[in-house]
Amino acid sequence: MTQEDLTITDPKMKAHGVNVFYGEKQAIKDVSIDVGTDLVTAFIGPSGCGKSTFLRSLNRMNDTVASARVTGQIELDGEDIYAPSMDVVQLRARVGMVFQKPNPFPKSIYDNVGYGPRIHGLAPSKADLDVIVERALVRAGLWDEVKDRLGESGTALSGGQQQRLCIARAIAVDPEVILMDEPCSALDPIATAKIEELIHELRGKYAIVIVTHNMQQAARVSQRTAFFHLGTLVEYGKTTDIFTNPRQERTKDYITGRYG
Amino acid sequence: MALTNDHTVKAFDEDLNRLRGLISEMGGRAEQALLQAMTALSKGDLDLAAQVVRDDKKIDALEAEVEQLTVQTIALRAPMADDLREMIAALKIVSVVERIGDYAKNIAKRVALMDQTRSIEAIPVLMSMSNIVVELVHDALDSFAARDAELAVRVTVRDKNVDDFYNSIFRTLVTFMMENPKYISESAHLLFVAKNLERMGDHATNIAEMVYYVVTGERMEERERGETPEESAAAEKEQG
Repeated sequence: MTQEDLTITDPKMKAHGVNVFYGEKQAIKDVSIDVGTDLVTAFIGPSGCGKSTFLRSLNRMNDTVASARVTGQIELDGEDIYAPSMDVVQLRARVGMVFQKPNPFPKSIYDNVGYGPRIHGLAPSKADLDVIVERALVRAGLWDEVKDRLGESGTALSGGQQQRLCIARAIAVDPEVILMDEPCSALDPIATAKIEELIHELRGKYAIVIVTHNMQQAARVSQRTAFFHLGTLVEYGKTTDIFTNPRQERTKDYITGRYG
Repeated sequence: MALTNDHTVKAFDEDLNRLRGLISEMGGRAEQALLQAMTALSKGDLDLAAQVVRDDKKIDALEAEVEQLTVQTIALRAPMADDLREMIAALKIVSVVERIGDYAKNIAKRVALMDQTRSIEAIPVLMSMSNIVVELVHDALDSFAARDAELAVRVTVRDKNVDDFYNSIFRTLVTFMMENPKYISESAHLLFVAKNLERMGDHATNIAEMVYYVVTGERMEERERGETPEESAAAEKEQG
């Protein structure tokens, strides 16, 4: 793996020598990577390469899989997230997640966004919660479309709106990192463009890591790209370098469509 | 390497192969135009000169075809990495080859204007110079076809010989004009021919630099280049 062009002076998350096993099967092999605070980092690679598995290990989402086992070191602001003292619920508030299919709660738009802040005790009063909900919906670019119908069910929105609602939900608890696992794969091009624009807007406010199968999307939204193959991190570099002049033959074959 | 490793989408490879074929054909035509223009010049063959002028339209048409195919491929296939670099290089290379064709046409057009001058001693030297230029253009296009960065580097190094030839011919012709004022007009035409050949050498270098970029992803280091008399004069003026 080449690391020459990487200048991440202020990493939000640091992974070192990470292995992930599902039972006997090793899904991630010795991956080390720094995630920049003010950067959008894209994980690309063919299906089954481990990119989603690795993404999920960044907020211990793999804990929910009984057979999954993670070794190695993953730090958030220098703190070991797999340490016994780490509060996983708190961790997932700090490292939020947006999934492939929009999954709003079967509740009102307001409650979808307000639920997290309420259970995390971020909103002492109804007025505080109103402010938090509005700010999250504004940041997620959804406010103007829903401000007059906050009481309607989140599931009644269009797919693209639902996904932005899920992003608003992640933002509402004031996270430091947002993980996105194929956030646009179920959306049409217009809704996709809106999410990409949103990612652009959110950059700098949160460290963002996005898994995508769409290489044009990785090229459009990210500043750093990591290419995974067969559970290993093959190449990690500036997005412009990865897409114009990758160092590794395997990266080149994948991004030019010679894989397979 | 691109030549041995096929894309999953076969139609992409077909587009690339067609693109390479068109560029190769275009380069072949430019080489031929130069050879024929110089032959016409040395023999005073007006028919051959006229043919060079006519054939230049085919080179122009090939350029348009490559441009269209490149734009189409970028739009439809979204090429990345070396494929992307090849598209950009293809666009630049064909515009350079088109220029080379124009210079050949320009030489051919001068044939009719200078039928008394075939005894001027500079002509055999111009023929030797043009042989080197033809080789450079040929090798530059070969390096593109073969993705050969080393050959590309050698082309840029050898361009120095063309520049040396130009400097020498420039002096020869200036001396000749002073001694034979009657032939100033013809000599001036030959000077333009020499200049055209010198520019074609530079264009071969441009192609080689693009090939180097396609193959390695890096820009070729600024080569040591020989100065033409105009450039030396300009440099002296700046200093003085």
